[in-house]
Amino acid sequence: MLGLNKTDTKFLLIVIFLTLATPILLQPFAENSGLAQFNAGYPDLMQRFAIYGIFAIGFNLLFGLTGYLSFGHAAFLGVGSYSAVWMLKLLSMNVLPGILLAMVVSGLFALVIGFISLRRSGIYFSILTLAFAQMSFNLAYSVLTPLTNGETGLQLSLTDPRILDAANTSGSLPVTNLFGAAMSESYKLEFLNRVFTFNVGYYFCAILAIIAFYISLRIFRSPFGLMLRAVKSNQQRMNYTGLAARPYTLAAFVISGMYAGLAGGLLASMDPLAGAERMQWTASGEVVIMTILGGAGTLMGPVLGAGFIKYLENIFSKINEHVLHGWFSWLPDGLQDLVVWIAARFTGEGWHLTLGLMFMLVVIFLPGGLMEGGQRIGKLFRRGREDVPDDGTGNRPKPAPHVAE
Amino acid sequence: MMDAILLQILNGLDKGSAYALIALGLTLIFGTLGVVNFAHGALFMIGAFCAVTLQRILSLSFDVIDPTQTDFLGNPKKIHTTYLESWLGPDIGNAILDWSVPLAIIFAIPVMILIGFAMERGLIRHFYKRPHADQILVTFGLAIVLQEIVKYFYGANPIPTPAPSAFRGSFDFGAIFGFDPNVIIYPYWRMVYFGFAAVIIAAVFAFLRFTTFGMVVRAGMADRETVGLLGIDIDKRFTLMFGLAAAVAGIAGVMYTPINSPNYHMGMDFLVLSFVVVVVGGMGSLPGAVAAGFLLGILESFASMNEIKSIIPGIDQIIIYLIAIVILLTRPRGLMGRKGVMEE
Amino acid sequence: MGILEVNGVNKRFGGLQALNNVNLSVEENTVHAIIGPNGAGKSTLLNCLIGKLAPDTGSVTFDGKSVLGRKPHEINQMGISRVFQTPEIFGDLTVLENVIIPCFAKRDGSFRLHALESVEDEAGIGERAERMLADVNMLDKRDMHAASLSRGDKRRLEMAMCLVQEPRLLLLDEPTAGMARADTNNTIELLKEIKASRDITMAIIEHDMHVVFSLAERITVLAQGTPLVEDIPANIKGHPKVQEAYLGQAHS
Repeated sequence: MLGLNKTDTKFLLIVIFLTLATPILLQPFAENSGLAQFNAGYPDLMQRFAIYGIFAIGFNLLFGLTGYLSFGHAAFLGVGSYSAVWMLKLLSMNVLPGILLAMVVSGLFALVIGFISLRRSGIYFSILTLAFAQMSFNLAYSVLTPLTNGETGLQLSLTDPRILDAANTSGSLPVTNLFGAAMSESYKLEFLNRVFTFNVGYYFCAILAIIAFYISLRIFRSPFGLMLRAVKSNQQRMNYTGLAARPYTLAAFVISGMYAGLAGGLLASMDPLAGAERMQWTASGEVVIMTILGGAGTLMGPVLGAGFIKYLENIFSKINEHVLHGWFSWLPDGLQDLVVWIAARFTGEGWHLTLGLMFMLVVIFLPGGLMEGGQRIGKLFRRGREDVPDDGTGNRPKPAPHVAE
Repeated sequence: MMDAILLQILNGLDKGSAYALIALGLTLIFGTLGVVNFAHGALFMIGAFCAVTLQRILSLSFDVIDPTQTDFLGNPKKIHTTYLESWLGPDIGNAILDWSVPLAIIFAIPVMILIGFAMERGLIRHFYKRPHADQILVTFGLAIVLQEIVKYFYGANPIPTPAPSAFRGSFDFGAIFGFDPNVIIYPYWRMVYFGFAAVIIAAVFAFLRFTTFGMVVRAGMADRETVGLLGIDIDKRFTLMFGLAAAVAGIAGVMYTPINSPNYHMGMDFLVLSFVVVVVGGMGSLPGAVAAGFLLGILESFASMNEIKSIIPGIDQIIIYLIAIVILLTRPRGLMGRKGVMEE
Repeated sequence: MGILEVNGVNKRFGGLQALNNVNLSVEENTVHAIIGPNGAGKSTLLNCLIGKLAPDTGSVTFDGKSVLGRKPHEINQMGISRVFQTPEIFGDLTVLENVIIPCFAKRDGSFRLHALESVEDEAGIGERAERMLADVNMLDKRDMHAASLSRGDKRRLEMAMCLVQEPRLLLLDEPTAGMARADTNNTIELLKEIKASRDITMAIIEHDMHVVFSLAERITVLAQGTPLVEDIPANIKGHPKVQEAYLGQAHS
């Protein structure tokens, strides 16, 4: 089906099912139970899962397949966001034009930056992409203020022309929509003491994420994907086989930049605001973390990594000392204070500490990311049985992702 | 015009000094150990907080109730007295406190060497044979961790750490050299920082050139395996090297505190630029790192002149990156890079 | 007029004249060996043939067209494939994928954005790669990681990757360097089979005389950057100049 073989079709169907059922699956705990805070079925969080999933899938097409480690992918995310907000301001509150423009503009950006940066490989490539992203970030903050609105960030205002929309007489800011269906609109369903929220914005992002995933799957299985893996494996042999490596890497770079632009456009479509900090190198670092954590070069890994990090970020930042005291109230007083004190260092404000530690632990002990971890556990269970066929989730990446050299 | 140029060069020197010192350490580690250390900026930051810590220790105080004075409520007044003052008398006590930043160097060197040893033995050592991407990522994680720990103990706000009062003012640099007075005003401490950086850089180079240890290390930078074949325990020396690089970054941070009040993310801010500096100078070249550090510091300050900004708006924001891009494209190995480093 | 013509090629590295007025003609459908003591300029010559080095003066033409100034992938597209001293293969990919890649390069040229097609659906290419693997007796290893192959198998795989492109000229750079006797003999047999089964020209750079005399139809002896003699193997063996070149080398 759809140009996929049987295993891949099954795989895609599972992914589609999981994505569409996310509002239910992420709400496993009853509303008034103590565990309700671990639920993740809120529209804005689910939207971020889908959006950062797209971002990471795109990043993986470059890094996972070719081994070129870009440290400037946030620039495309930021460019996408700015483009989309401008469309929302000038044209219409319908999100489609903004998203299309976001992809086109970020694609053009990627073409220029990639054309220059790909003349070098290894760490030089990483530094070049970083330099371009930092330049964009600095310019967005300073001289490009007319386009980016500097530190405040680009926002909607009542005086925006929005030439395709009917005049806004309500006196309040309009909301983003898709042909009239507001992104913020939700349908709530109460069932089994749980509230399931089906949000328009989430499903819009989810459908795009599924398409993005499907395209990535096709690329993985295509001759083009094979060439990208050849770039990572041995560029010398590739050249002596009559293949030019650079057009392949440039195409991968542009595709991956457009994925980032799409993610940026979606961020702006869900919350019509674009700030320069979205382009900062820490944001570029974040997508690297997501991809590695999940497993670079695997199909599902980046999505898992993105979801994992966004989920932990959300949950960990919510846990404060009060909550912790509630959890550890069964401990004797002195011990309770100690345990709470320690736990508090890693939660709430301390979330970044946890992130840093997690990052180190993954790179040290699990260079292949969560996917490899999952496969190792899977192997433990399957030991003694027949050789298990490839489950289609990965392309057997080398144990350690590496920089192309 | 001459004076304007001189002023910009001077302004670029202190930032350039910091870039050069950090880039020097990065290059030492990269050249000897082959490790791309993204936590090096964090070492700079920890050094700065060594100065803050010493300042806090020195100003530990107790309260004495002075019955002869009363506060505005009529109660006997409490007087803060530092232990230092009560032990050594007000003159010496206050002088020591006043000089806490330079004194912090003595405090920071052993601390930084220990941290360097611990890092190398505990973490970096296991990454020698791993791909550069893994090294970048694990040290990036470490940098976040160190940063968060400092943030917990010292808070998120910058902590003012003044220079000794003798160096607090500025002097009319231009007047000394026959320019119009009041045009080239330069703070004393920046001059001190530049001099300090020059001494440290010279010391590191002398150390590498004239000591046997340094010669082995330089040989190791040129060809690791051969040195290993000579039966020299290069690993132990590399540990020492890491400690040395950490100490250089640390004291660079200590001395920088009066110029910019330290905050927990200063390391990251400097790291990105220092990496660009290393690449511009040429991966693995110590003179390249130092030259590029000063060059970029000075160019950055030129680019922030109003005359230049009015011609090319925003140039001050991007000049360093722009230069890095141009250099990388025209001279793939950087200004002074050696053949065969990080390429294939 | 040979398929590969080298005319008056000079190459200097600083004070060293690595190649001194080299003239060489490789006839179509022959196995031509280039031998010579260490430092005779064999590798420099080879690098000039495949575009890695540019000679200072002189011309190199393949099938009447100059190869100078062309990039390695363009030279390959002209019909020249190269086997390296240490086998260059795609270690991360499977054996079959290693052979599939050159098939695409042969069919589609140096670049084609076939991002949404499936490798599996390219039946013609898959079959061709499998037939090639069968030819070199490696079909049973098709799903193995290329990096995990033995050295001899890596060499076999590299040959397969070159041959599947049906090159007109195959350049071999010391194909048996560092091999045990048995592996060397296998390689010789493989090369003989290859030669017997198709129209192909081979240029071999080698200093193992056993290999050279088992395979070559013509031999050029290179010494100090200059071709000394070019002749059929029988005449090379006892040639006084050749012995002088080798013995002189041994004495110095």
